[in-house]
Amino acid sequence: MIPLEQYGEFETAWCPGCGNFAINKALKKALSMLDLAPHKVLVCSGIGQAAKSPHYLRCNCFNGLHGRSLPPAQGAALANTEVAVFAESGDGCSYGEGGNHFLAAMRRNVTMTYLVHDNQIYGLTKGQASPTTAQGQPTKFQPAGVASMAFNPIAVAVTMDTPFVARGYAAEVDHLADLIVQAARHPGFALVDILQPCVSFNKVNTYAWYKARCYKLGADYDPTDRNAAMLKAQEFGDRIPIGVIYKGTRAPYEGRIDSRVRRPLATSKPDMAKLASMLESYA
Amino acid sequence: MPDSSVNIVIGGEAGQGLVTVGDFLAKALMRAGYEIVVTQDYQSRIRGGHNTYAVRVSPEPVYGPRETIDLLVALNAETVALHKGQLTAKALAVADESVDLSGVPGLAVPFKSLCPKPIFENIAALGVLSRLLCLDAAWLEGIVSEVFARKGEEAVAGNLKVFAAARAWAEASGAGFSCMPPPMRTDKRLFMHGNEALAFGALAAGANFCSYYPMTPATSVASTFVDKGTKLGMLVEQAEDEIAAINMALGASYAGAKAVVPTSGGGFALMVEGVSLAGMTETPIVIVLAQRPGPATGLPTRTEQGDLNMALYAGHGDFPRAIYAPGTPEQCFELAYRAMNQAEKWQSPMFVLTDQYLADSYRAVVPFDLAALEPMAEPALTCDDPAGYRRYADTPCGVSPRLIPGFGEHLVVLDSDEHTADGHITEDLTVRIQMMDKRMRKTEGIVSSIVPPTFEGDEKPDILLACWGSTYGPALEAAQILRERGVRAAVIHFSQVYPLNPDHFLPVFAKAGRTFMVEGNHSGQLAQLIRQQTGYAFDQLITRYDGLPVTAAHIMDRLDRL
Repeated sequence: MIPLEQYGEFETAWCPGCGNFAINKALKKALSMLDLAPHKVLVCSGIGQAAKSPHYLRCNCFNGLHGRSLPPAQGAALANTEVAVFAESGDGCSYGEGGNHFLAAMRRNVTMTYLVHDNQIYGLTKGQASPTTAQGQPTKFQPAGVASMAFNPIAVAVTMDTPFVARGYAAEVDHLADLIVQAARHPGFALVDILQPCVSFNKVNTYAWYKARCYKLGADYDPTDRNAAMLKAQEFGDRIPIGVIYKGTRAPYEGRIDSRVRRPLATSKPDMAKLASMLESYA
Repeated sequence: MPDSSVNIVIGGEAGQGLVTVGDFLAKALMRAGYEIVVTQDYQSRIRGGHNTYAVRVSPEPVYGPRETIDLLVALNAETVALHKGQLTAKALAVADESVDLSGVPGLAVPFKSLCPKPIFENIAALGVLSRLLCLDAAWLEGIVSEVFARKGEEAVAGNLKVFAAARAWAEASGAGFSCMPPPMRTDKRLFMHGNEALAFGALAAGANFCSYYPMTPATSVASTFVDKGTKLGMLVEQAEDEIAAINMALGASYAGAKAVVPTSGGGFALMVEGVSLAGMTETPIVIVLAQRPGPATGLPTRTEQGDLNMALYAGHGDFPRAIYAPGTPEQCFELAYRAMNQAEKWQSPMFVLTDQYLADSYRAVVPFDLAALEPMAEPALTCDDPAGYRRYADTPCGVSPRLIPGFGEHLVVLDSDEHTADGHITEDLTVRIQMMDKRMRKTEGIVSSIVPPTFEGDEKPDILLACWGSTYGPALEAAQILRERGVRAAVIHFSQVYPLNPDHFLPVFAKAGRTFMVEGNHSGQLAQLIRQQTGYAFDQLITRYDGLPVTAAHIMDRLDRL
């Protein structure tokens, strides 16, 4: 185990009481349990308060563009076999702006872990609805209630036979750390959607609201049963399950890479003799 | 000097196999020792429509395409109707005997009796053409044998039999088409179009990651990577969209790959935020922008040089970049290699602008000298002081040491926000100024390594034709025509269009009588850039934006009207 201090202590730009603090703590704990030294961790993020997370963690970090945490994460994971790749961002970044990338990443199935801080609101832009805000829920910018239906990332991921689909809750740090560990160890694309109270802008989905609803999936639940997972994925209301919703066996993308591709790409140099003979064939 | 070239145009519907006939013939002509310029004109559809494959061939160097036709191979009646106005005095139209050739000097070929099956008609056409051009049968027989070898001996024999029968028929018909003068080249050359040469330039530079979203006319860069790059260890991935393509490539580059993304105008429009990200994170990337006429979807399969402005200004904020614009397949190779190297050296996005005409234009390419390539800049894998490593350390040249994550205990932190030397978000405005200055300082290095424009022709020309990218050949030919008329003429060609060093060209302009900028776009984008940067105004613009390549005849027509 790597000592937790190795992952650093940082001053953050987060509001006091923000769920991000607990998620950051859980991630550090998970990395320590995974025995991943900081230089072996690579985190890609998008834009938003959640996307600042890798700055508050000693690791390799690519803090890119809004909605774009997944394409660089997959590019990095494909290029570099020396690091464990994570992507981390909020619900707006991940499911709104980055929605198409989310769908494609599930289809592509590159081995990596996707941590979505899901607070059901846009915090950084001060209180607009996010893709996961409940239909009808009033916000500062949708005072009459959100007109569109909420996106259900868990159900979509199960539908796509995503190899690892889990829901965590920020306030359950040890439980969340364990989910991240399992996600990182599972071959293929792993989604951990993390419920995260936004103390500044989401006055509905509060710590008290989650506390009254979240329950941990027990040993009696079989995450390998996809039909059961489909039903569980749709449970979100008075009762909200947290834990591993689905575990599949779909083969990761890496197994489908041409065997002539030599990774890590950083040490792969072109075979100039082969290139020369290839050019000969154009004569 | 009279034009010794023969312009062969094969016309028909998409799906009729005209590209097969064209490729076989053009490659045979190249192997025989001729110079060639291939132009492909096609419509945005999978079957039907009217397409042409033109091979301009000559024992002398040929620089560009020509509109008038000497030998028209009509795979359908429409081809004759559409192109009979372009036929030269010596022209001949070759078609199946069912096609009405009345009023046109023609040769009606009984394809049905020459071929056991319609599938052989392409080969029969080649048999007839080889005879008309007095091309030694062996050149085409060799190619037919090579191509059909994988289908078995029977296929080879069957095709060769049809080829011989058609050639014999043509000989017996006594068809009158003047033979070409014999070829002059005996050296080995490569049958290659601009996009292939470009892809090989990148591969020679060690490009090993390509993410793309298919778009004409950039697709053949990606397909060359799929066919050939993979065998050299390249990872090629079709992304969900162009936004993903460039972001994926940036992630891969950050993680140690040498990344290249091919696209075209509309796709590049989507990549713009990623270009800006490359500028801010100082991540090396090469973007191949194969131009086609816009705006929007424009003319998807035609040619234009209309995206210089977009490449110049793509991305918000200021950051250094370089834009290359090859004029020949040889330059496609050299400049793709150079762009990869410069991207690595200056840790900035680099652009290679090509266009549909050059992308699809096969030439007889002199083999690339791989041994003469300048060494590639490489990131370090480890450092002596991992704890002290700063991705954005301030340096006199603006370039910070680039390390790759995971190869040592150092941490590589990149951020799209303004950041400190160690890569973390900052809103310290003093740091902002320092970082901005550091990034922009790289401009000096980029400026010092500009590829100067080339100058060919009379030292003090009456007419100076300036051009960039693929208009190089047509401009050279137009200058040659002018000289034959007794006009002192010269060409200055920009194969790097940004940044510019006025010392490279203003003295040349000053010595010229009248100066013309030749561009394949409406507004004269390079002329505008030069005026903006130097105050120099060309006497006249010669533009073309109907979707067809600029030709010498087009330039001459515009000059003659003045």
